[in-house]
Amino acid sequence: MQREHRSEHFYAHSLIGRLFRKLHLDIPLLFFLGLICLLSFVILFSASNQDFGTLERQFARVTLAFGLMTVLAHVTPYQLKRYSVGLYSFGILLLVAVLVMGKISLGAQRWLDLGFFRFQPSEMIKISTPMMLSWYLAEHPFPLNWKQLVTAFVLIFTPTLLIAKQPDLGTAILVASSGCAVLFFAGLSWRFISYAAVTVTALLPLLWSVMHDYQRARVLTFFNPEADPMGRGYHIIQSKIAIGSGGIYGKGWLGSTQAKLDYLPESSTDFIFAVFAEEFGLAGCLGLMTLYLLVIFRCLYITLGANDPYSRLLAGSLSFAFFVYVFVNIGMVIGVLPVVGVPLPLVSYGGTSMVTLLASFGILMSIQTHKKFIP
Amino acid sequence: MSSTHKIRDRITESRILLNRVTAISMLVVVCIFGLVVRLMYLQIVGHEHYALLAKNNRIKTSSIPPTRGIIYDRQGRILAQNLPSYSLEIIPEQAKDIEDTLHRLQVLLDLTDDVLDEFRKQQKRHKRFESVPLLLSLSDEEVARFAVARPFFPGVDIHAILVRYYPYGILTSHVVGYVGRINEKELKELPEAEYSGVFHIGKVGIELSYETQLHGKAGYTEVETNAQGRSINVLNRVEPIAGENLYLTLDMDLQKTAYDSLEGYNGALVAIEIKTGGVLAFASHPSFDPNPFVNGISSKAYKALQDSEDQPMFNRALRGLYPPGSTVKPFVGLAGLEYNIITNDQHIYCPGYFQLPNVRHRFRDWAKWGHGSTNLTSALTESCDVYFYSLALNLGIDRMHDFLQKFGFGEKTGIDLVGEKEGLFPSQKWKRTAKKVGWAAGDTVITGIGQGFTQASPTQLARATATLANRGKVVTPHLVDKMINAFSTSPGPLQSGKLIPLQEKNLNAVIAGMVNVIHGEKGTAKGLAKGLKYQMAGKTGTAQVYTVKQNEHYNKSIDLKLRDHALFISFAPADDPKIAVAVVVENGGHGGTTAAPMAAKVINQYLTGEKPDATGTPQ
Repeated sequence: MQREHRSEHFYAHSLIGRLFRKLHLDIPLLFFLGLICLLSFVILFSASNQDFGTLERQFARVTLAFGLMTVLAHVTPYQLKRYSVGLYSFGILLLVAVLVMGKISLGAQRWLDLGFFRFQPSEMIKISTPMMLSWYLAEHPFPLNWKQLVTAFVLIFTPTLLIAKQPDLGTAILVASSGCAVLFFAGLSWRFISYAAVTVTALLPLLWSVMHDYQRARVLTFFNPEADPMGRGYHIIQSKIAIGSGGIYGKGWLGSTQAKLDYLPESSTDFIFAVFAEEFGLAGCLGLMTLYLLVIFRCLYITLGANDPYSRLLAGSLSFAFFVYVFVNIGMVIGVLPVVGVPLPLVSYGGTSMVTLLASFGILMSIQTHKKFIP
Repeated sequence: MSSTHKIRDRITESRILLNRVTAISMLVVVCIFGLVVRLMYLQIVGHEHYALLAKNNRIKTSSIPPTRGIIYDRQGRILAQNLPSYSLEIIPEQAKDIEDTLHRLQVLLDLTDDVLDEFRKQQKRHKRFESVPLLLSLSDEEVARFAVARPFFPGVDIHAILVRYYPYGILTSHVVGYVGRINEKELKELPEAEYSGVFHIGKVGIELSYETQLHGKAGYTEVETNAQGRSINVLNRVEPIAGENLYLTLDMDLQKTAYDSLEGYNGALVAIEIKTGGVLAFASHPSFDPNPFVNGISSKAYKALQDSEDQPMFNRALRGLYPPGSTVKPFVGLAGLEYNIITNDQHIYCPGYFQLPNVRHRFRDWAKWGHGSTNLTSALTESCDVYFYSLALNLGIDRMHDFLQKFGFGEKTGIDLVGEKEGLFPSQKWKRTAKKVGWAAGDTVITGIGQGFTQASPTQLARATATLANRGKVVTPHLVDKMINAFSTSPGPLQSGKLIPLQEKNLNAVIAGMVNVIHGEKGTAKGLAKGLKYQMAGKTGTAQVYTVKQNEHYNKSIDLKLRDHALFISFAPADDPKIAVAVVVENGGHGGTTAAPMAAKVINQYLTGEKPDATGTPQ
């Protein structure tokens, strides 16, 4: 174990290596994340019509997020496990509070105004749900009895439904998938998975009936965007124009006309991938996706190396959640998935998702760098 | 026990984990691969398509209207020009309440409902951010009145534009025509790029037939536009090419003389320069002022013009069809000579009437007691009807038809104006198809003196006369002499140059008869000869509008509208013809006394340069 650990960290004895170990940071992961964030500044400058103010604000958020990541990397998985139940319960409480306040103010409500800053509980629950599930399944190893299985699903779908009710379909999907990922990594039987898949397919019409009108419209638009080119289909059509017109090598940095001339809405936030594809082409997209793949595989590698059930389940779940994040956003921007409000992780303008994401990477780094403390 | 259990559990756990991580890795790879395939589809296969869409998104082309060409007469006098003017235009998007704005403008500028209705119609054809004209020609007073109130009219503004103006007014309306506001039907047919930003189009006359040349070529700007439709920057600008300036063959001095000479009558006069076919004068009386039409004539004024009994808007020179009467006689006579039916030496006796064998019906001569013994020359001089009744019968209708068709009877002259009528010279075939009745000998007889079915326009008569004077070389009348733009000069319509084979002696015999009409003792227009420094050839005509019954006499006190049309065709000088003129005067009575002096005035002015009266200046 010890030798493995040493050979893995071949840089462990260098000066930088020692420094990073002190900081509990994982160098490969940090390197990939740093590259993506760098690319984010590059494309954000273009997508915001060369607005330095946007860059400054984003830089402040990234700094804050990396700070939080470093802090979380110091929290041992053992401590994390202890906080799991409390964080989860607190998160659910906040979600209910948001919902009640939304009822009062008659409209979509995702924020909790704490006076000095606005807090989005659904972001916190993105991490606390997998933590809670990992805690529960680490305490009750497989095979689970029915009661335990039902408890697990209740733990997943309570926050999911509360978020879907806000309504924030994108986040709900992310929370549900990260929760289910825990079950999957814990060893949910393939048979059960296939049963569940069949059941979910059968329940799709039911889901349709409880969806909001605007959510249904998005799904319909996804199947036929050209039916309403100036209305609901506009978004996805303009996005495809931006991507397609980029070609193989793109129009070059700052060369996006779709974003610069406002044809592409939300070009700095949810649809920033389209701007990236327009300016850097297929080549650039392949590069960016490779970076994402490297991050995902590094995370899965950390999962494999984790040495207690809680860490393994949490690491696996967070890795998978990151992948879902990437896939849902790119899929929606290039028109293979319906438009749900999910930003491109680490690249889209906006602080909340950046903070949550880097927090989860902080946890992953902690799992990777605290292995020796686990007996 | 418990320790081995724990170890086995850990082994199982890591096996499961490895299994699950592998599964997730595969899922990740497959999904990312799916995204890559989709990206390749969009960015490689669909690239061209989407690149075009992106370009269409951002680049908006807007045209720059060209300046319309100016029209001059043969001496360089301006007949149609562009005057700077002020238009009042509204951008509906900026005028918050468009109906309220219109209402207040109506009060401020004292506008009629017509103007507002026209605006509403125009507004429908434009986008909300495009400027739509309300008034195209503001008076100084209106400009001043609006300027003061302007702050209260957001989205309404005064623009400097060019507006067509016809300085000669009524003198040129049937030749030059006029431009008017583009209507709905025209808008659909016009190429959008060429006419966006253009409010006017040629409606009649030269303005219509030379629309393409006068219009010129629109320029355009390619402007980068954002999603809201705002211009960001100009990428490309192509300047418009101004329309060609047209130089007409028309001579305004002659045109005025022609028009003025028709004073008091409804009629037309067409004068053609024989060698070139250039139209020197083209008058239709009465006429109208084309200028109000440019920016939309009021419905009241338009109705008044339409309802006028004299039909001032009717182009008699081009579209008026009249029985040519005796003016066909030179051509029928020439046919007789050419087909060897007669010689000039043969005489026939005219008793004052003509009868078909075994028929009681008498075809009367205009001279009750007859002309006595006549040959072709004297028959032309005195316009003996009986001579031509007989000749027509011997020629037969079809030979007559074929011969006169060569001079352009029954077909369009090819003049460069739109709306010309074909007229008619009958044949057996025509009557069978059109009237479903067989040809009768009586039809042939009256066709010989230009009555019956025969119908010709003044332009056709002038052309036939010019062709005769040109010794059989067919003349095609045209109005445009040359077109000049910034880069080149191009000629107007070219002569066909077709030659009708005619024998010299036959031509000379007919022309001699026509000279005698004016210069002979018994000429039907001998009054013209006085003081002439050259010889003129001509032929009078008097066409019946009203058929005088058998045993009835033509009554001088007959209703004015039923009186005969007076016609006259002529050319001069007879030995070296330069100008051919045809005159038709509706209900003018006798050709020799009413129509002939009008033609003589024009011919004389052309050949000697002396105006009949001192003023030849534009009104």
